[in-house]
Amino acid sequence: MTNRQKTKMKTWAILLFFIVLLLWGISIKETGIAPHFDQQNLSPNFNHLFGTDWLGRDMLNRTIKGLSFSMFVGIIASSLSAIMALLIGTAAALLPRWVDDICNWLIDLVMGIPHLILLILISFALGRGVLGVTAGIALTHWPSLARIIRAEVLQLRQEDYLHIARHLGKSNYYLLQKHILPHILPQFLTGLILLFPHAILHEAAITFLGFGLSPETPAIGIILSESMRYLSSGYWYLAFFPGFTLLTVVYLFDRLGHFLQNLYDPYHAQD
Amino acid sequence: MIKSHRFLRQFIRFITLLIATCAIAFLLMEASPIDPVQSYIGAGVAVSPEQREQISAYWGLDQSPIERFYTWGNHLLHGDFGDSLIYRRPVLQVIGEKFTNSFCLMLAAWLGAGLIGLFLGCLMGLYENRWPDKILKTISYLFASTPAFWLGLLLLLFFAVYLELFPIGFSAPIGVAAADITWGQRLYHLFLPALTLSLTSFANIALHTREKLIAIYHSDFILFAKARGESNKSIFFRHGLRNILLPAISLQFASFSELFGGSVLAETVFSYPGLGQAAVNAGLRGDIPLLLGITLFSVIFVFCGNLMADILYGWADPRTKEASK
Repeated sequence: MTNRQKTKMKTWAILLFFIVLLLWGISIKETGIAPHFDQQNLSPNFNHLFGTDWLGRDMLNRTIKGLSFSMFVGIIASSLSAIMALLIGTAAALLPRWVDDICNWLIDLVMGIPHLILLILISFALGRGVLGVTAGIALTHWPSLARIIRAEVLQLRQEDYLHIARHLGKSNYYLLQKHILPHILPQFLTGLILLFPHAILHEAAITFLGFGLSPETPAIGIILSESMRYLSSGYWYLAFFPGFTLLTVVYLFDRLGHFLQNLYDPYHAQD
Repeated sequence: MIKSHRFLRQFIRFITLLIATCAIAFLLMEASPIDPVQSYIGAGVAVSPEQREQISAYWGLDQSPIERFYTWGNHLLHGDFGDSLIYRRPVLQVIGEKFTNSFCLMLAAWLGAGLIGLFLGCLMGLYENRWPDKILKTISYLFASTPAFWLGLLLLLFFAVYLELFPIGFSAPIGVAAADITWGQRLYHLFLPALTLSLTSFANIALHTREKLIAIYHSDFILFAKARGESNKSIFFRHGLRNILLPAISLQFASFSELFGGSVLAETVFSYPGLGQAAVNAGLRGDIPLLLGITLFSVIFVFCGNLMADILYGWADPRTKEASK
C-alpha cells in the first residue's frame, strides 16, 4: 500500500470511530445513567467497564453520553469559529487597507487575552450554560485560522490570473467565488477540524472549573470535577477512564486533521 | 532611531488594545445576569428594597453605564482597581500577593517545558524518521492532546494519594506561619503543579525544534561541514543548536497566554493559591473588580511575553532587522 492509501484508510477508520461514538452517545437513554443505589462505588468489572460512582451510575454510559454531548458543542463552536475566521480572513485580505488594519487589531486583541480568562468572562456575561460555553469557544478560537486564511488570500491576490480577472472587470464577489474560495477550501476544512481539539479541550476545562454546563448534564468536565472530591478515597477509576477517553477523542481528531492535510493540502502532501 | 520608532508604534498599539480590553470586559460584566448588589451582600442574605437602593446608589449603580465606565477608567488611571468582594482587600494587593505564588509556578513550568521541549525536539530532529523520532513524535502529540486538569488529577492520584510522596495541595504546609515557610517547602509543594504544566505544554516547542533542526540538517552548510570532516558533536553544537536556540526561546516567550491558561487549571486541581485560582473564584462568586483586575493583568503579562519574543527574534535573526528598516 502506498502512504496515501494508508492515510486514507486511517482517516476512514477515525471517522467511523467518531460516528459510532456519536450514535452510541445518542442511543443512551436517561435510564442508562440513572442512579442505582444498590450498585454504589463499584470498581471496574464486566457489567460496568468503567465502574460506578457514589450514586451507582454507570460511568461508561455517563462518559460516552458526556463525550458525545461535548463533541456536539465542540463541532458547533468550532464551525462557528471557522466561519468567523473565514469572513475576517478574507475581508482583511480583499477589502481596503483600513479593514485589514481593523481585522489585525481584532486578532491581536483576542490573542492578547488568555483564552481561559476570556472564556470565563464570556460565560460570566452570558450566564453559565451551554450557550455561554458555545459562544465563548466560538468567539475565542478564530484568530489563528483567520491569520492563516488572510496570509493565504494575500498571497493569492498577487497571482497573475487574479490580476487578469480583475482587469477584465470581474467583481470582488466573482473573484471570491470562482478563484479564492475554491483555492482556500482545503486549508479552511483542515483548519476547521484542527480547531476542534482545542475547542473540546477548552469546553472540558471551562466546565471543569464550574463555568460551563450545569451539574446535571453528563459532560466530561463535570464528571472529572466530581471525581476530584473522591480522589483521596482511592476511587481512581472515576477520574482515569473518562479523562482517558477524552484524551483519545482529542488525539484522534488532531490526527484526522493532519491526515486530511496530507491528503488534500498540496503544501503538506509530502509529509 | 528606527528601532525606537517601531517600539513606540507597538506601545501605542498596546495602549489601544488595553483600552479595548477594558471596554469589552466592562461590557461583558454589564451584560452579566449576576446582580452586583446581591454578590456584594452575599448570597442568601435578605435586604429590604430601600437598603438595596442605598447600596446601589453608594456604588453608583444608578448611573448610566457610560458614566460608570468613565469613573472606573478614571480610577484605573490613578492606580485604584477597587476592592475585591471576596477578599475584602484592594484588588492590586490581592493580585500582587497571588501573582508571587503564580510566578514561581509559571516560571518553574516555563523552564521545565522549555528544557524538555528543546531536548526532545533535538533528539527527534537528529533521529529524523527513525524509531526514536517516531515514538517521541507520538508522545508529543499525545501530551498536546492531554487535558491539563486530568493530568494533574492523575499525578495527584499517583504521587500524592498512592505513593504519598508529595503534598495533596496548597503552596505551603498547613499550620505554618507565612514567615516560617522555607524555600524547600515551597518547591516541594510546587513540584506536581509545575510538572503538570510542563508536560502539557512542551509539545509545541518540541515539534517546532524538530522541524527547524531537520531543515538545518538538510542545508548545504551542514553538508559542507560534514565534508570538512567535522564530528557529529561539533556539527550539532556549532551549527544545529546555535541556529535553533534563540527562535525556540522566543517561541517559548510567545506562549505566555497558554501558560497563564494552564496555570488556572493546574492551580484549581492542586488548590494552589495563585492568580488563576483567584480568577476562578472571582468568576464563580461574582467578584467583578477582581475579575476585571486579573483580566487587565493577564493582558499585560501576555504582552510582555510577546514583546520579549519580538526583541529576541529581532536580535537573533538579522533578516528581521533588515525587514523592519
